[in-house]
Amino acid sequence: MGIKWDEFFITGDPLILGSQIAILLTMIGAVAGITYLKKWKYLWTEWLTTVDHKKIGIMYIISAVLMFFRGGMDGLLMKAQTARPEMEFLNSQHYNEIFTTHGVIMILFMAMPFLIGLMNVVIPLQIGARDVAFPQLNALSFWLFFSGAMLFNISFVIGGSPDAGWTSYFPLAGKEFSPGIGNNFYAVALQIAGIGTLMTGINFIVTILKMRTKGMTLMKMPMFTWTTFVTSILIVAAFPIFTVALALMTFDRLYGTHFFTVSGGGMDMLWANLFWLWGHPEVYIVALPAFGIFSEVIATFSRKSLFGYKSMVFSILGIALLSMVVWVHHFYTMGSGPAVNSFFSITTMAIAIPTGVKMFNWLFTMRKGRIKITSAMLWALAFVPCFVIGGVTGVMLAMGAADYQYHNTLFLVAHFHYVLIPGVVFAVFAGLYYWWPKMFGFMLNEKIGKWHFWLFVIGFNVTFMPMFFLGLNGAVRRAYTYSAESGFAPLFMLSAIGSIVLAAGFAVFCYNIYWSIRYADRNISSDPWDARTLEWSTASPVQFYNFAKLPEVKSLDPFWHMKKKNEGLTLHDSEIEEIHMPSNSWVPIYMGVIFGIAGFFLVFEWHIAAAVAGIGIFAGLIIRSFDYNEGFHVKKDEIHRIENAWRKTEGEVHDHVS
Amino acid sequence: MEHHQSKSFPISHVIGFVVSLALTFAAAGIALKTNLSFKVIMWIIGSLAVVQAGMQLFMFMHLREGEDGKTNLVNMIYAVFMVIVIVVGSIWVLTSGHAAH
Repeated sequence: MGIKWDEFFITGDPLILGSQIAILLTMIGAVAGITYLKKWKYLWTEWLTTVDHKKIGIMYIISAVLMFFRGGMDGLLMKAQTARPEMEFLNSQHYNEIFTTHGVIMILFMAMPFLIGLMNVVIPLQIGARDVAFPQLNALSFWLFFSGAMLFNISFVIGGSPDAGWTSYFPLAGKEFSPGIGNNFYAVALQIAGIGTLMTGINFIVTILKMRTKGMTLMKMPMFTWTTFVTSILIVAAFPIFTVALALMTFDRLYGTHFFTVSGGGMDMLWANLFWLWGHPEVYIVALPAFGIFSEVIATFSRKSLFGYKSMVFSILGIALLSMVVWVHHFYTMGSGPAVNSFFSITTMAIAIPTGVKMFNWLFTMRKGRIKITSAMLWALAFVPCFVIGGVTGVMLAMGAADYQYHNTLFLVAHFHYVLIPGVVFAVFAGLYYWWPKMFGFMLNEKIGKWHFWLFVIGFNVTFMPMFFLGLNGAVRRAYTYSAESGFAPLFMLSAIGSIVLAAGFAVFCYNIYWSIRYADRNISSDPWDARTLEWSTASPVQFYNFAKLPEVKSLDPFWHMKKKNEGLTLHDSEIEEIHMPSNSWVPIYMGVIFGIAGFFLVFEWHIAAAVAGIGIFAGLIIRSFDYNEGFHVKKDEIHRIENAWRKTEGEVHDHVS
Repeated sequence: MEHHQSKSFPISHVIGFVVSLALTFAAAGIALKTNLSFKVIMWIIGSLAVVQAGMQLFMFMHLREGEDGKTNLVNMIYAVFMVIVIVVGSIWVLTSGHAAH
């Protein structure tokens, strides 16, 4: 098979050697720790084989935080390299690899799983369901994502990282100009993770359409459920395009076809076209659920119903529709002609309209509300001005003619960080602070949370605001260094200092998790924020069957009205019935592992080994087809016991807030 | 489904069948019996095929029937929209301006 063992491990770079040693020590430490604490069985039965949407959601979020760390380190390395002109901290190749992995990891392995994790935890609870429509498929989604993420992450120590940018444009990404295996990691790992994401999309469409509790019509769904629903539709529409594009890329790189290679009669621009046909909807796939989180947080902490619910729904649908017809604004300068560029300029600018509607709805929700400034609310408040800066510079970039001036500069880089960090990262932090007590039964510390917030938001602005001006002065993106004569040095230095503050904010966030796990008060209410939607009507942490009695919905903000009218909160013994729940399964994690192995062989172009591992994938499919496990029933006694543990004797909702 | 059909004469199926035959023979006639240019023939028979496919969805595939009738229709329209965006959009983008050369 022509295995080049000498190229297997990356050698010769002290940074990477350090990482290799750190990874090895972490792995040994993890295995030794779990063995010492005798937690293997617990880990296997409670987490690795689980089909419980809440646990799957938590695993998504843990992975996302880890990936945030990895992507953040890449970002810090870039900022260190560009802090001074002509630095020799990273060479150009290493810099190329780092901005590539930074982009891929932050979008696909941080933003996506963080949001999908929150969706997993919250959506079934918000619609009053006991799980998603296909629980085992949900576990498979997670394990395929995890498998793809890990495969992508090992690239920097084994085999070499992809280095053609997160967009991996041809011809650069082709075999001709990137002969190493780095870009195979991109093609194969994203394919595996993409299958998982596609399944998540299908799962949530069916869950939201079919599993809403009695009385919850479409127009009574909470806003986060709406945005998740529309995002899922976008996933199902857009991800197959990426699947096809990646498959063509894999054929080009591994089997010598010429879909995108110009020398072989292919069309390199087709890659850019297909990539952004997926890539632009992808931006909204991560932005829409984030908008939903802000809607929930702002309504809860303004203690009012969301302003303009219907216009919110129609704006989401409008954004989703428009997001499919704007993709060319990512490559105006490839020369598609004035008609094409004009059309896509107009559609792109049009997206600002529904987004503006949403902005005003959030502001009007806060108007005359009795606002509580909690950590979660702070993120939502900071989102508004920061995201508007990102949005307005977006409209500047949307003009095809003007884009010739801005494109490929740090102005663009600053723009999309101003959209994605307030639009996604602020949202997942808001969501995490908001839903944390529902997931774990205790709250994240508010005081440390405010440190986290201020460091992160100030750091973010100091990091990325200078990049607008650097870009306008002509600093190009993806360049590993610049000359002292360019005059860029002071702003680059400022940006680097900002990134350290940003990193300090993230460190405080990690410390907050640690502190809260150790010291936070466990004796809190199941509804600590006095919230409005159904997830708060059940225990914290949520019992595995979610609801002993499925709630009935009569209006928007159902839990708020249940509390006001004091109805539907109690549980009588006569109302308890046996609950049917799905069983755990080892198949999803097996599929994740075997996909990872097959993918790894494919990356190294060991085709025979990959084919053998492929048989393992088919074996998993066959085993699943003959799986007749119908799940199990939770007995009345057990429900009784679990419900009594968190309800007061009279059966009321436990309402102590520390 | 069975009791559904036994209720009345399946008039829509008969109409669908006859129209399908007519469209098919029309396409065959235009392709084999006319002296139009290749391009024109392709456009005409392609259009006839789309018309026939759309007609069959309504007449045979029970597109609007059942409790999911409306949903099916929305799904079809959405699918058509996506196909137009992806296929026609890509062709337009890749064949205009410098991109074509």
